Amino acid sequence: MWRRLRARPSAVAAAAVLTVLVLLALGAPLLAALEGQDATTYHDALIDSARGGMPTGAYGGISADHWLGVEPGTGRDLFVRLLHGAQISLLVALGATAVQVLTGVTIGLAAGFGSRLLDTVLSRLTDVMVALPMLVLGVALTAVVPAGFPRPLLLIIVIGLLNWGGTARVVRAQTLSLKKLDHVAAARLAGWRPARVARRELLPALAAPVITYAAILVPTNIVAEASLSFLGIGVKPPTASWGQMLSTATTWFRADPLYVLLPAACLFATVLAFTVLGDAVRAALDPRERSRLRVGTRDGSRGTPAAPAGRIPKGAAA
Amino acid sequence: MTGTTGYLLRKLGGALIVLFLLSVLVYLLFYVAPGDPAKLACGPRCNAEQLHQVRGQLGLDEPLLTRYLHFLAGLVTGRDYSTGTGVLHCPAPCFGLSYQNDQPVTALLAARLPVTASLALGSMVLWLLLGVGTGLLSALRRGGTTERVLTVLTLTGTATPVFITGLLLLMLFCATLQWLPFPSYVPLTEDPEQWAWNLLLPWTTLALLESAKYARLTRSSTLETLAEDHIRTFRAYGLPERTVIGRHALRGALPPVIALNAIDLGTMFGGAMLTETLFGLPGIGQLLVHSVRTVDLPVVVGAVLGIGTAVVLANALADVLYALADRRVTLT
Repeated sequence: MWRRLRARPSAVAAAAVLTVLVLLALGAPLLAALEGQDATTYHDALIDSARGGMPTGAYGGISADHWLGVEPGTGRDLFVRLLHGAQISLLVALGATAVQVLTGVTIGLAAGFGSRLLDTVLSRLTDVMVALPMLVLGVALTAVVPAGFPRPLLLIIVIGLLNWGGTARVVRAQTLSLKKLDHVAAARLAGWRPARVARRELLPALAAPVITYAAILVPTNIVAEASLSFLGIGVKPPTASWGQMLSTATTWFRADPLYVLLPAACLFATVLAFTVLGDAVRAALDPRERSRLRVGTRDGSRGTPAAPAGRIPKGAAA
Repeated sequence: MTGTTGYLLRKLGGALIVLFLLSVLVYLLFYVAPGDPAKLACGPRCNAEQLHQVRGQLGLDEPLLTRYLHFLAGLVTGRDYSTGTGVLHCPAPCFGLSYQNDQPVTALLAARLPVTASLALGSMVLWLLLGVGTGLLSALRRGGTTERVLTVLTLTGTATPVFITGLLLLMLFCATLQWLPFPSYVPLTEDPEQWAWNLLLPWTTLALLESAKYARLTRSSTLETLAEDHIRTFRAYGLPERTVIGRHALRGALPPVIALNAIDLGTMFGGAMLTETLFGLPGIGQLLVHSVRTVDLPVVVGAVLGIGTAVVLANALADVLYALADRRVTLT
């Protein structure tokens, strides 16, 4: 797998971008100390109130003290806020992916390996989860959660518990076909408990499809967090998030274009890098990829109406 | 024919069951889990006596099952709320009254439907033209530079959230070039020209995101169809390439696109929250976001159930359309 990944220049580039991003997010306190700024201090001196709160100086107030300038209206340091945004983005997206994978694998295994009644109930539930617009429910759910609940954790739970349907479908389909294989049948005949069969015989074979699907989920989750924050129901101020910065930027884009472009570029680069890497992982883990390249179709079998929803990630939030 | 009718009925029945489950889930989630709806309805300055009165008006002193049955009955027959001095009538389908201004939720949703519908239908035309066109082009020019460029473009399109595309378009066309007005909704019935002019940017923003998805689907679906035996046979017969592609390949390639379009349109009718919020369009999505911020539970529940209905019906419609468009699919 690693050899195949390294053979793709786009995958290597994407991995490089993501490595830098992770290092920036992890090293945020260090970098902030190096710059000598923090994310929440207001710098009134750097704001020109005569011009409606624009940063003084060219290019959004870039200076030796503020490497990427300051936020219009408040004068908070943009560089540190972007770093904190990277932390929130990665934390929420990866956390939510973990929740989605755990829930999806559990439900998919139970549906594929359990009784017929259980399968029917769980499959119906999965259908409903796949069909419902995630963002709508996510937005609505934040209305009923007590204000004191930690927001990043809430975002992880909401995004995680609303978008596990695709994983569950993949796992169920795989389990159904794995169940027929000899080594699984032998384990069951030997009188192993279902949980043990699932752990020892099924999970290893499920790793590849689950990793592939999880790789598609990460960029979707990054967009989901940014979207909720953009709508003003993500993390709470003064915590910084790219989506929330873009939401503030809607009132500043005429005066201070840089304030739009910086968080937009961060978000775009992150999502694109994760998407490219996810695509590469899928190709590297797919044993039929080579023959498919020859036949000329990228995606597998003919899609039923349900298939596009599963194959195309639900990131297309409008 | 009976097969088709039976299939339609089964689909509809399935959709109704899903909707019923959704209503139970949403009702439990929103009216039971959080604090006290009466307090929310009554507002911040509310004494014990008023609170008791509101609780009576909303029927909150009754057991849970009774309340849910009242809610369901209200959907079918409408409900009357006594305010002490008079009676507020909420006609069917009644989702309750807004905590903010005592208006029926259904009326609030209906008032915003034209905006959301304008946005959804207009951008649909654009995304179909852009997406299907790009996908076809990329499938027919396989292996060339055109295909590589189009692949990169569609990848970029899916990776860009709408609020980034929208903000960049706003900066370019409204602020820098000043070719377009800053969007504000003008009803179609009032001034069709201004309606379209103001919605052009929101339409484009949504279409750029959606068309990337359609380009990918059209491309893979066309490639699959082109690889099938009957296409090879038509070519071997010497049919002109235009006929092979225009008449035979498209027929095989489009059903998945039609099905996806039905689903997407259903979702869009539920309100494109991000686009509406960014451009300040007073649609259903914006209403939902606003009522979440003000914790206006009846509106939230009404909007979620309304959007859920649109999505579930659209999914059922997609299955039916797919079966009708692709005659190889048997109705079971």
